[in-house]
Amino acid sequence: MKKQVHKILEMADDELILGWRNSEWTGIAPLLEEDAAFASSAQNESGHARAWYELAARELDTTADELAFDRQPEEYRCSTLVQLRLVPDWGRTIARHCAYERADRARIEALKQSGDAEVAGLAAKIDREEAYHRMHAEMWFERLKDEPRFSAALEELEPLFDVREEHVPEFAALWEEMTMVRRSVAGATW
Amino acid sequence: MGAACGVGGSGLIYEVFRQERKGQAFAHAGSVEAPNDEFAEAYAREQYGRRGESTALWIAPRDSLHEIEDFVDELGRNYHRVDGYPLKEKLGKARELAAKSADALSAGSG
Repeated sequence: MKKQVHKILEMADDELILGWRNSEWTGIAPLLEEDAAFASSAQNESGHARAWYELAARELDTTADELAFDRQPEEYRCSTLVQLRLVPDWGRTIARHCAYERADRARIEALKQSGDAEVAGLAAKIDREEAYHRMHAEMWFERLKDEPRFSAALEELEPLFDVREEHVPEFAALWEEMTMVRRSVAGATW
Repeated sequence: MGAACGVGGSGLIYEVFRQERKGQAFAHAGSVEAPNDEFAEAYAREQYGRRGESTALWIAPRDSLHEIEDFVDELGRNYHRVDGYPLKEKLGKARELAAKSADALSAGSG
C-alpha cells in the first residue's frame, strides 16, 4: 500500500477532476439523455475519487476532504487529459471520454490484481461502475469513428493521459472554484 | 455543436414501456431521443431500469407505433354510450329498494 499511495492519489485526482469537467455539461449537453448521462458519470467519478482518497488518507494520516480540497494547485497529480476544459466542444469531450476510459481500464485491471486486498477489492467494485462508462464511450466511438474531426481529437488527446508534469492554464480556474467553499471558512466542519 | 456531430435534432424518438414486476402489464414510462436503436437502449436502461425499478422494458421508435384515435360512432347508436346517464341517482334508489326488501324479508322470517 505504501508504494501504491502515490499511484492511488494520482488516480483519485484524475477521477475528481474528470468528474468536475463532466459536470460542466449539466444543463447544456446537446441532448437531454446525454445531459443525464454526463451528470450521472460525474457523480460516479467523484464517488470513486472519494473512495480512493479515503484509502490514501489513512496511509498519509489525513482526511479525504483535505486531500481533495486543501492542497495547493501544484500538488494535484491529475493527468493533463482530465484538466482540459472542453465545453462546448462535444466531439472533443467524447474523444476524451473514450481516451480516458480505455486508459483507466488498464489501470483498474492492474489494481484488481493487487496484493493488497483492500486495493484489489475497491478496484473491482469501481470497475463494475466503470464498465457502464466504457459501454457508453464505446457506443459513441462506434458512432463517431469515421468523423475526421473526432479521429483527430482522439489522436491528439490519447497521449495526454500520461502527461502529468505540469498543469494546463485552465486548471487554475477549476481549482479556484472547486476549493472556494472550503477556503471561505478555513477549518470549518460541515 | 450537437448538429455538427450529427446528434442533436437528428435523433429519433423512442417510446419506452416499463414492467415493474414480472407478470404485470407494461405501462408507458416516457420517451428518449436517440440516433439509433443501440443508443435508445442505453438511454432507456439508464433512465428507466438502472435503479431496479423495472424488470423489463419495451423500446419502440415512435414512428413504428400505430396510433388509433378516431372512434367514429358509425351507426349513431349513442344509446350504447353511458355518458350523461344518471347512474348515481338510480343506484341510490336501487339500494334503497334492496334495503327495504331485505327488511321485509327479515321481518317476514321473524
